Amino acid sequence: MRGGQDSVRAPVLRFTNCRLLRAGKLLREDLWVREGRILDPEKLFFDEQRLADQQRDCGGCILAPGFIDVQINGGFGVDFSQATEDVGSGVALVAQKILAHGVTSFCPTLVTSPPEVYHKVLPHIPVKRGGPHGAGVLGVHLEGPFISQQKRGAHPEAHLRSFEANAFKDVLATYGCLDNVCILTLAPELDRSHEVIRELTALGIRVSLGHSVADLQMAEKAVQSGATFITHLFNAMLPFHHRDPGIVGLLTSDQVPAGRCVFYGMIADGIHTNPAALRIAHRAHPQGLVLVTDAIPALGLGNGRHTLGQQVVEVDELSAYVAGTTTLCGSIAPMDVCVRNFLEATGCSLESALEAASLHPAQLLGLEECKGTLDFGADADFVLLDDALHVQATYISGELVWQAEVARP
Amino acid sequence: MRLVILDNYDLASEWAAKYICNRIIQFKPGQDRYFTLGLPTGLPRNHPESYHSYMWNNFFKHIDIDPSNAHILDGNATDLQAECDAFEKKIKEAGGIDLFVGGIGPDGHIAFNEPGSSLVSRTRLKTLAMDTILANAKYFDGDLSKVPTMALTVGVGTVMDAREVMILITGAHKAFALYKAIEEGVNHMWTVSAFQQHPRTIFVCDEDATLELRVKTVKYFKGLMHVHNKLVDPLYSMKEGN
Repeated sequence: MRGGQDSVRAPVLRFTNCRLLRAGKLLREDLWVREGRILDPEKLFFDEQRLADQQRDCGGCILAPGFIDVQINGGFGVDFSQATEDVGSGVALVAQKILAHGVTSFCPTLVTSPPEVYHKVLPHIPVKRGGPHGAGVLGVHLEGPFISQQKRGAHPEAHLRSFEANAFKDVLATYGCLDNVCILTLAPELDRSHEVIRELTALGIRVSLGHSVADLQMAEKAVQSGATFITHLFNAMLPFHHRDPGIVGLLTSDQVPAGRCVFYGMIADGIHTNPAALRIAHRAHPQGLVLVTDAIPALGLGNGRHTLGQQVVEVDELSAYVAGTTTLCGSIAPMDVCVRNFLEATGCSLESALEAASLHPAQLLGLEECKGTLDFGADADFVLLDDALHVQATYISGELVWQAEVARP
Repeated sequence: MRLVILDNYDLASEWAAKYICNRIIQFKPGQDRYFTLGLPTGLPRNHPESYHSYMWNNFFKHIDIDPSNAHILDGNATDLQAECDAFEKKIKEAGGIDLFVGGIGPDGHIAFNEPGSSLVSRTRLKTLAMDTILANAKYFDGDLSKVPTMALTVGVGTVMDAREVMILITGAHKAFALYKAIEEGVNHMWTVSAFQQHPRTIFVCDEDATLELRVKTVKYFKGLMHVHNKLVDPLYSMKEGN
């Protein structure tokens, strides 16, 4: 907290007439905010003997932590994997647009690209606080190029790489600089992957397993070396087999180190995963489920042809395919749509659905003290939702950054 | 005294709440005219969070009271006797307590005035009786060793100075204490009995709490319910008056 005396005089906001998501439950409580953080009203009352300076009526809405999207490749015509002249404004545009989807923090994702692209683009996507200008950037998610040729999905074969020669040095050479990176997806069956995983983990980067043909044993070893995430479960990996569950088996593996949780991304757009499969994963390991959009530049635009990195993508209503193929290529469902789809498909509680889009991604990134939660001291990034989980308003650091249009009669 | 008997805990609570509400409205409080509500100390403040949390969660956060007008005895004060004396002084400065709302312990105590407390006692530090410690164990996960053994409490005399006293008693386990408090004599072993000598006392209880009373007593006061219910007829709120 900055400056003791000044912070005590900063205005206190009280959000009332709402239901807060706290400790896994929706409670009728007020939310108190000061200097962009959530405040403990009890301490304010007894120790400082102060009341709120301003009150906001939330109209009976659900007040949940802002959504966190850890896999989004672009949107609204912006492709994060393109080395454009002004990468910064592309990121800023997406950051601003996704506020309407209830997303208050995100990880711009780069798909498999040639090294020149990484060298040019990465320095221009710094970690950045959110605000009225847009959602906060928590770090970059690098998906590829160290992935399986067989399970590359929409990633271009020409740019796949391995690190068998120089392990971590190859990684650094490919990307250039890892300062702004917070998640890295790789295939653990690649030779020397465990060295790489250990080095990345030591740097605080979350290693994710994806686009891989690894069997369960290989996946478990990767987790023991430090991997903590699975990129879009079920997609771009071997299917579950009862004698070799593959990466999917991590959800119920008994080889995961004690106290660690393996998180897994799910694209709940209704296309990437059959609802029954979504339910199986959710029931097997509800605490690890992280909703992601895996959104592509076509998000927010209409049908037709768009790009994703080095690929051309065709968008048709709800789905996106590599042009001329039946290979799925990311999704165009916004985060709030994913949350509603997830709720409906699994029949889970409102609280579970909301946590899958906020608390769990925050936990994955080790940020649960200040993001993805409404606990005292956390950043006041939150969304107001109606009972059907439609976003009514988005707040970052206690400031209104987006509001739904009020329906005119 | 008035003895108001309702069917169950919820109805008794509701009746009491409406009564307090009406009393405040009738008092016509304003900028310089404060209605002083007295409440007993709940759990001792020695426990870092519990009592303040209890009051915050169950009362203060639901009303718009100026925090500087909420006075709670601080069990962490360096000089406890000075803290108690200061509390008595604050009550005097506020013009005395208009309505004191309290409960009754299974041993018939009011606030933490355990059996044997002087009936003219003032705010002070008390050592708690075993009955009280057992009753409080539920707030400490049933671990008796964790329950505080001392507490700051308003005295019997302090409460007697209030212009009106309301005692809430619910549950069969309080029945014997209620009997001792109102059907037997004034006795420092059952300190609630002191209110037999207070000009305006009202006991609000549920059926179970009357189990040890004489049928005659219960019938008499039940027969007065039509009078009692007039006391909780809705009055216009202060806001509507403006």
